[in-house]
Amino acid sequence: MRFACLAFGLILSLGAPATAQEIEDHRFFPGTSDRVLRVVSTTDLDVFEPYIRAFQAERPEVAVDYSVMSSSVLHQAIRDGAQADLVISSAMDLQFQLVNDGFALPYRSDQTDALPDWARWRDLIFAFTTEPAVVVINTARFAGLELPTTRQDLIAALRDNPDRFQDGLGTYDVRDSGLGYLFATQEDRSTDAYWRLNEVMGRLRTSFYCCSSQMIDDVASGRLALAYNVLGSYAAEELARGSEGRVQVIRMQDFANVILRTVFIPAGAQETLLAGMMVDMLLRLALRETPDGWPLPPLSQTVEGPSLGFGPIKLGPALLTYLDPLNRRAFLAEWENAMEQRPPLPQ
Amino acid sequence: MIQTASIGQRLTLLLAGVAAALSVLSWGMVTSLAAQAAARTQDNVLAASATTIAETLRSEQGEVRLELPYAAFAMLGAISEDRVFYRVIAADEVLTGYDDLPAPATSEIGQVVFDTGQYRGAEIRMSSVTRLVLAGMERVAVTVSVAQTRDGVDAVTSDISRLAGLLSVAFFFVAVALSAIAARLSLRPLNLIAASVSRRGPSDLRPLLRAAPADLAPLLDALNRLMERLRLSIRRSEDFIAEAAHRVRTPLATVRTQAEIALRTVSDEAEKERLRRIIRAVDESARSAGQLLDHATVAYRVEDLARDRLDLSDLARQTAAALEPTAAMRDIQFTLDLTPAPIRGDAVLLDSAIRNVLDNAIKYSPEDTTVSLQIVLDAAQARLRVRDQGTGLGDGPMDVLTERFRRGGNVAGVVGSGLGLTIAAEVLRAHGGRLELENCENGSGACVSLVLPLV
Repeated sequence: MRFACLAFGLILSLGAPATAQEIEDHRFFPGTSDRVLRVVSTTDLDVFEPYIRAFQAERPEVAVDYSVMSSSVLHQAIRDGAQADLVISSAMDLQFQLVNDGFALPYRSDQTDALPDWARWRDLIFAFTTEPAVVVINTARFAGLELPTTRQDLIAALRDNPDRFQDGLGTYDVRDSGLGYLFATQEDRSTDAYWRLNEVMGRLRTSFYCCSSQMIDDVASGRLALAYNVLGSYAAEELARGSEGRVQVIRMQDFANVILRTVFIPAGAQETLLAGMMVDMLLRLALRETPDGWPLPPLSQTVEGPSLGFGPIKLGPALLTYLDPLNRRAFLAEWENAMEQRPPLPQ
Repeated sequence: MIQTASIGQRLTLLLAGVAAALSVLSWGMVTSLAAQAAARTQDNVLAASATTIAETLRSEQGEVRLELPYAAFAMLGAISEDRVFYRVIAADEVLTGYDDLPAPATSEIGQVVFDTGQYRGAEIRMSSVTRLVLAGMERVAVTVSVAQTRDGVDAVTSDISRLAGLLSVAFFFVAVALSAIAARLSLRPLNLIAASVSRRGPSDLRPLLRAAPADLAPLLDALNRLMERLRLSIRRSEDFIAEAAHRVRTPLATVRTQAEIALRTVSDEAEKERLRRIIRAVDESARSAGQLLDHATVAYRVEDLARDRLDLSDLARQTAAALEPTAAMRDIQFTLDLTPAPIRGDAVLLDSAIRNVLDNAIKYSPEDTTVSLQIVLDAAQARLRVRDQGTGLGDGPMDVLTERFRRGGNVAGVVGSGLGLTIAAEVLRAHGGRLELENCENGSGACVSLVLPLV
């Protein structure tokens, strides 16, 4: 498939199924029988572990094999026929493309019927969280400055204090991170401030990251003053709370992307029944009234946030637009132009 | 009578059949129109999407470039949740998209063409448009194809089809109900005619002169002609009887006269007795002939009944006076207890009725007794009660005594035709009244009441 190669040769250094190196984390949760539910996911193991425990509390006989990989690796692995019973990812566009291209099995239950229309596409893919993109700042590095609440404020603050923020900014490397690319392209679509911000960030020698957690860590340690477009799941908020005010999570008031973490049963699934039960459990939690106790937010919470004003990114064929290799090449070229106005940092 | 299926049922079934056929037809038509409309909607959006993409084609440094617009796919997502595939081919080389999409039909530049085919296990609809782009010095034909699965179209079609099906079934049941009502309504005139025919009295043979639908006119005509023939036939036989009676009466009178002359001239007692017997027999015959004539007259006059203002007491008095000589022959006296009773009717017929009743009373009374005539009025009717002191009417049912030629069970030794009470009853019925027969309360004698409505 030339199309797939074109598209993902750019994302991956290797267009091959996920190798051992590409699997970032893996754990086998043994069950009392030899039935195994294989889950491939972009969600960190410690974040998702409570869900697996809850599932096994209901079905102790089922073992769960949980693998964590980056969204693009995950996407390519499924495309290449990797064996899995459930696919979970926050990169909506890549998930949608897999489903559109016929890599998902339909699943229908009372739980999927209970989902709002925007949280599912056909009977193939289901959203179980809504998570906004946020800005995480180190309070100490912002001492004496007013905290920015809009992109205009942020651009002004960065422009006015180049010394303070030089080498102190971080964001996703959209070339490697599927989620980062999704955030970037959706922001491009939604606000013209995005490119001006990129220009400014490029001049201040922004560092690029693969994952939210590392960015948050670096903000907490003070290596970064600000991380832009971090996935604002509970992990970030938790860390901000535990940092005694050193780290703060800010939602941009002018516009903030909200992504849906989605799940689908891949076409090659063996344990479709168990996969369906896991989907039902996730959706039940997604529609829960009180958000407490679980690492990931439910569906309803962020959607109603009055300051956001925008709904979550829509699951639909429009997500295919920026995955088109030509569009992607053009977007990345522009992004690199904006960001790389300096010699690359030694990494 | 052999009964076949009722017209109403047949009509209802027929109309129900038509309704069923129309229901199925309309369901089919709505379904096919819905399918067409849904397919056309999808075609339009696909064409718009392909055209939107084609609009972004441009050349840069001798190469064909394009930027897929977000809207091109967003519009496809807006109409249905169908899977989307696309491909852009420039000069026979795939520029981007799903390179294994089926090839589009060849078309002229700038014209949108549609294909239906299979792709990745699903039926797809594909729209393609070709545009010329100037790349360097060359003109390159670039074909943009956008395809979508057809689940949305099928879902819309089956939704509308189901709705149309439900509506058709409802329509069918309403149509059947209306058919039943229509069948009943259209058979109503027929039932009305049947009812009015069966409501008629036994001797009412007047033509039916009611408004009837054109379809029933032949039936009504035939019925009226049949009744006219029947009436004429009855009239003819009554005529015949009257004529016969009349012809018999004249020679009988002659015989009687001659017998009376003979009675005066002979002196032998045995011969006298024989002649008296002849005279009595001739009298009875004349009386029977008279009654036959009376009956025929009644049949005649009842057909076109006069409605004159009359007083029942006058009639009774006159008739009693006329019969006085006959009664006197047997030493029977009339006692009259009459009050004026205004009625409407035919004097000749009523006289005939009263006469026959009185005649009977005289005939069945022993000599030297009294026959009483009494008029009793109540709110709506006058009752002329004739009471004799004879043997009464016997124990049998009273109704049969008014049948023609039927005589009571205890009349042995008394000559009679059995027509008297028949005539009286027919006359009274024609006047809207009735003849009541009973044995007198005190146990001896008959009590005959002529009941007539008061004016």
